[in-house]
Amino acid sequence: MQCSVCKEKPATVFLTHIENDKMHKVNLCEDCAKKKGVDNPTTFSLADADLLLGLGAAQEVVQTAGGVDLKCPRCGFSQADFKKSGRLGCPDCYQVFAEGLAGLLKTMHKGTRHTGKTPEALRSSRDAAERLKLLNKKLAKAIESEDFEQAAKVRDELKALASPAAEPAKK
Amino acid sequence: MDLYEFLITPAEATRLHGPHDRIVMSSRVRLARNLKGAAFPGWAKKPERIKIMETIRPAVESLPEMKDAFSEVMDNLGALEKQILVERHLISREHAAKSSGSGLVLNREETFCVMINEEDHLRMQALRPGLQLREAWSAIDKFDSALEKKLDYAFNNDLGYLTACPTNLGTGIRVSAMLHLPGLVLAEQINPIIQSVNKLGLAVRGLYGEGTEALGNVFQVSNQMTLGETETTIVERLDKVLLQIIEHEENARQTLLEKKPKVVFNHIGRAYGILANAHSISSKETMNLLSLMRLGVDLGLFPEVNRSLVDELFIVTQPAHLQKQFSDKLTAEERDLLRSDMVRDRLKNVSRPNVKPPKPEN
Repeated sequence: MQCSVCKEKPATVFLTHIENDKMHKVNLCEDCAKKKGVDNPTTFSLADADLLLGLGAAQEVVQTAGGVDLKCPRCGFSQADFKKSGRLGCPDCYQVFAEGLAGLLKTMHKGTRHTGKTPEALRSSRDAAERLKLLNKKLAKAIESEDFEQAAKVRDELKALASPAAEPAKK
Repeated sequence: MDLYEFLITPAEATRLHGPHDRIVMSSRVRLARNLKGAAFPGWAKKPERIKIMETIRPAVESLPEMKDAFSEVMDNLGALEKQILVERHLISREHAAKSSGSGLVLNREETFCVMINEEDHLRMQALRPGLQLREAWSAIDKFDSALEKKLDYAFNNDLGYLTACPTNLGTGIRVSAMLHLPGLVLAEQINPIIQSVNKLGLAVRGLYGEGTEALGNVFQVSNQMTLGETETTIVERLDKVLLQIIEHEENARQTLLEKKPKVVFNHIGRAYGILANAHSISSKETMNLLSLMRLGVDLGLFPEVNRSLVDELFIVTQPAHLQKQFSDKLTAEERDLLRSDMVRDRLKNVSRPNVKPPKPEN
């Protein structure tokens, strides 16, 4: 988990702050915690917490869009709405607000790329896309090294991949 | 369908056992899923929410796991029924507040519970007694794989399953366990444990989840991060951490008995004294004292008492469960009187704690 302030160092100080029945969490690295006076809880005021917390993160999303209030064309959800609720309007919002969300996701999660389960229907198409990429690379390499025998073989494989009907017949 | 007739009775529920159930009360794995091209429940208007539910509910009901399930829309459930479901940890407090456009599907064995249109279109959970995170994950994984053939999930290759709140993005998984940790609380070691668990990116919450107190020394431990790791990695990490917490709790109990036996006996003796003799008692006090009695049972101070007696009281003394047994609407004060009557009655044949236990039960 990254520090929510400098977004560089790993967070080691974890603060939870409850205001108006809403819980806010902030993760800080040791240096930022010292800078903000968080290492000494008696001097740390709630106002400071507000600046650091989840609300601050949502604010950041709004600012990165250059002041214009971006709206999701599918569901009409705006960045102001996100700032208010911390939730998005529909799945498409992730594309619309992608730029601002990237930084937020980095502070929130272990990584920014999904590595877990994938629906089976998409898994096969994703595998095919990856195989295509790999074969194209192989082809380029074969041509570069003037290994035309290999290039012809790869080309045939690519052809087979492009016409899915041929694939099961071969098996 | 009548919810009260459908639900497993508290007595039956406390007879379910699982590994480490002396400390781990239950395990749960929840997955968040949403439909492609539809607004999330918090943003969708009522007609859209109803349409979404009408797509999801039959799909969920058609799964073999959901044969003879209890399936209902939230508008058809009364406030008391909803509160009972919260006290049984089957639905969240947030879901209990929903009405039109939200629903619930619960299987016979109460091992699968699906909330429709909570924060996400679908929140499916697998529940198991004791420490059984791997079993719960594999069960809900299979459930989800069957469901994805019937529903069009919102999924993106880079971001995974798309969820209403970015904190659930990716795997949409929340792996959690409910732990009874009276030893760590009495030994005043609970705070450093919570802090070190937090540092591993895991959350520690109270009895009813987010933002609630650890009533009865019951804590929920769960993962917070959902993106950038596989489900298995998350499950394995939590399992490892839980085994360590179990060890710390066992050590704390052992050390307390060796170093401060009087403190332990004092707490447990007083808990027994109040529970067995009070004529008015709040739900909160009951839970905290039952927790100490449960510890007493674990330590062999009540040789003739089975832990399920205490666990059952833990369930039936909660406000909605208590109210359910009486037809008239009770005030909080009336509930406190009736609660104490019930507890006294159930403990009438339980003798005082035996402070020279033969040998702690293992």
